[in-house]
Amino acid sequence: MSVGVGVTGMGMVSAIGLSVAENLSSLATSRCGITRVDNFETRHRDNVLVGEIKLSNTALEERIGLIKGHGVTRTGMLGILAAREAVQQAGLLFTDPSVRTGLISSTSVGGMDVTEKYFYSYTQDPELQHYILSHDAGVSTQQIADDLGLKGTVTTISTACSSAANAIMLGARLIKSGRLDRVIVGGTDALSKFTLNGFNTLMILSDTYCKPFDQNRKGLNLGEAAAYLVLESDALIAKEQKPVLAYVAGYGNANDAFHQTASSENGEGAFLAMQKAFAVSELVASQIDYINAHGTATPNNDLSEGRALLRAFGNGVPTFSSTKAFTGHTLAAAAAIEAVYSILAIQEGMVFPNLNFETPMEEFELIPQADLLRRDVNYVLSNSFGFGGNCSTLIFGRY
Amino acid sequence: MKGKCFIQGIGAVTAQGVWSLDFFNQATEITQAKAYAQQPSYKELIAPNMIRRMSKGIKMGIFAAQQALDEAGVEDLDGVITGTGLGCLEDSEKFLKNILDNDEEFLTPTSFIQSTHNTVGAQIALRLGCKAYNFTYVNGAVSFESALLDSLQQLEAGDAQSVLVGGIDEISGHTFTLKQLIGEVKSDEVCETIRESETRGVNYGEGATFFVLRSSPTMESYAEVVDVCIQNRLELGELKEFIDGFLQRNKVERAAISAVVIGNTGDMGYDYYFDRFGRLFEDRSQLYYKHFYGHSDVASAFGMATAAYVLKTQEIPEEIVWKTGKQMPLNYVLLYNQYKGRDHSLVLLKRS
Amino acid sequence: MEELKAELKGKIIEVLNLEDITVEDINDDDSLFGDGLGLDSIDALELIVLLDKGYGIKLSDPKQGKAIFESINTMADFISKNRTK
Repeated sequence: MSVGVGVTGMGMVSAIGLSVAENLSSLATSRCGITRVDNFETRHRDNVLVGEIKLSNTALEERIGLIKGHGVTRTGMLGILAAREAVQQAGLLFTDPSVRTGLISSTSVGGMDVTEKYFYSYTQDPELQHYILSHDAGVSTQQIADDLGLKGTVTTISTACSSAANAIMLGARLIKSGRLDRVIVGGTDALSKFTLNGFNTLMILSDTYCKPFDQNRKGLNLGEAAAYLVLESDALIAKEQKPVLAYVAGYGNANDAFHQTASSENGEGAFLAMQKAFAVSELVASQIDYINAHGTATPNNDLSEGRALLRAFGNGVPTFSSTKAFTGHTLAAAAAIEAVYSILAIQEGMVFPNLNFETPMEEFELIPQADLLRRDVNYVLSNSFGFGGNCSTLIFGRY
Repeated sequence: MKGKCFIQGIGAVTAQGVWSLDFFNQATEITQAKAYAQQPSYKELIAPNMIRRMSKGIKMGIFAAQQALDEAGVEDLDGVITGTGLGCLEDSEKFLKNILDNDEEFLTPTSFIQSTHNTVGAQIALRLGCKAYNFTYVNGAVSFESALLDSLQQLEAGDAQSVLVGGIDEISGHTFTLKQLIGEVKSDEVCETIRESETRGVNYGEGATFFVLRSSPTMESYAEVVDVCIQNRLELGELKEFIDGFLQRNKVERAAISAVVIGNTGDMGYDYYFDRFGRLFEDRSQLYYKHFYGHSDVASAFGMATAAYVLKTQEIPEEIVWKTGKQMPLNYVLLYNQYKGRDHSLVLLKRS
Repeated sequence: MEELKAELKGKIIEVLNLEDITVEDINDDDSLFGDGLGLDSIDALELIVLLDKGYGIKLSDPKQGKAIFESINTMADFISKNRTK
């Protein structure tokens, strides 16, 4: 009999709110966070829209209480804010060494937001050099662990846009295998010129508000965010008598093995990931009440994902929506913020709307939930796919 | 059913060339601050249409992976799990420079696509048509050990029967100038082996090391991976407890360890952790490997190859002896690594 | 026109890093994608930048590339009609 894994805390920052409560309020009132880029200079400012957190780095430093010379990049700062909230909700103290604790974070840009500012000036300006080491992806995770005062199993996953789903998956498995009693899992990614220009070269950025699963979708809006969940073993939860927000019912990862960036036409990897998640959860497709889709609003993703949904659910595709029109695509953090949204859907009995949807896609008859829907939600399936064919599915259930 | 974890194949591309059974007696000690890998010919392995875009990190990864697969004779993989500290640095740097130098104009996608940390794992899967589980870890000096931990868990849980696991890191221009600027990497003028080192910083070595792991052994198994453990921070005074706790969980006495493999780099700032570790295994053979591989976040993968070699052959090549210990049958080998007092790891291998 | 075609072949080989292929290996009407030269969607994006950088032509929709990049002939034809530099 495998050990159950409960979620006892959640924390997040995104373009639609600096806490879980603020995010919920935006989701429930269809308030999207998509704007022009304000926090850094870019020549693409008038051509792209982003889900940007409207706090400058200085404002973030103050909020966290960092002192000069700290070396924490925006990615790390967003992560610290979100992780603190999650840990606070779960009421974690790191004083008892017998409770084996871990932190599995994820990021794709790491400290790139700082590197792209100072790459050439580092050699002339010793004042900046404390940031040099902050570039490496794992450093933001170290900084979050240090901020929390956490010592233990700490690592970082980077599988592009499915990263945080994989962090949650690894965390759940570390608890199930008995290696850890509790683990903080999630991801963080700041907006950067690097990713903005990168996605621009792929010609998959929309010049207007993204429209997931719409016939006339033109691409994605990039975003930035961080979110963390606290996962704890059944045994620890029972011992500490903690309220549980939801449990991690299933998970699966598969590789599309089709193309370095694009998804296959029939959504093979996505289909396999969902199948694996069903197998782990011992659920059948018809038990899923809501799908939080990856739904980036690129022509390729939504077609491929739609086809995978049809393969996995047949004619019974449940209510689904992509929340990326609210937040933008937050890359490594996406699966973490969407895990929080999935759990909120269960807690609040709400399916959050797929904003900006107008015209169904011609390839199939899949219509996303366009308005807020109040209904009982017991099981939510959340998809996240990344470059390199990386496909991940998580299933959360009512506890 | 609970599986175990056996090393069935090894592949590597290093500053000494590629992995072979006479690797150690052909190797020469690294004295340069940046040790570039000797690149094998890739043409036989990678289709021209794929190779033309690949940076050396991807090519090294594919080569080492295939070498391990060939040796293990495994075709069906249930997972491809990689670790990298710095990721696809060459492509990241190339794309970043293009942004900065051309003021965000005339940028092309290839280097951006390949700057993603999971590129090597993805390209291996793409080339093999492998739709299985595919993860990439990027956490400094425990990047490889994280990948190993994941592999071990999957094999133990019966979720996988065979897994490809490895570590890759590459050297690129400006990033390394910066690393030298802040003393992480020794400066180009310094020319010291690990044993001679009197300065701070490391001799950095790029490369890739891969393993095929299987849940059941064969006559050809190198060794069994008994357990792995990672820890983000550890005070020097906590080291003994950390090691003893790990061994206790695995029901192995410290006295049962026949040899240890340490990740010392010659960095005067932090090698004292290895000295302290060594004192706990005073009369045992202490082996090292970064004098041949160089240091990188995933050099410890090569450390595991070294330990596996020793267990399989039951011989310790004198070239890898840091400190001589008493002669005994080699049953358990314990690996310890850390970098700058952070990201500590222990890996326990057993003769199979 | 012939000059432009030769120039294009050279640039394509360079930009796409087509090792082992020379200008002589590419015929004007060879298909660049699929069975011909075997280029793919990432190469198409590289070629879009080549049009912008080399000839001052901006494509906003990658789908436009399909017809333009069919062969050296179609590319040269499109460039000569639309170039701004």
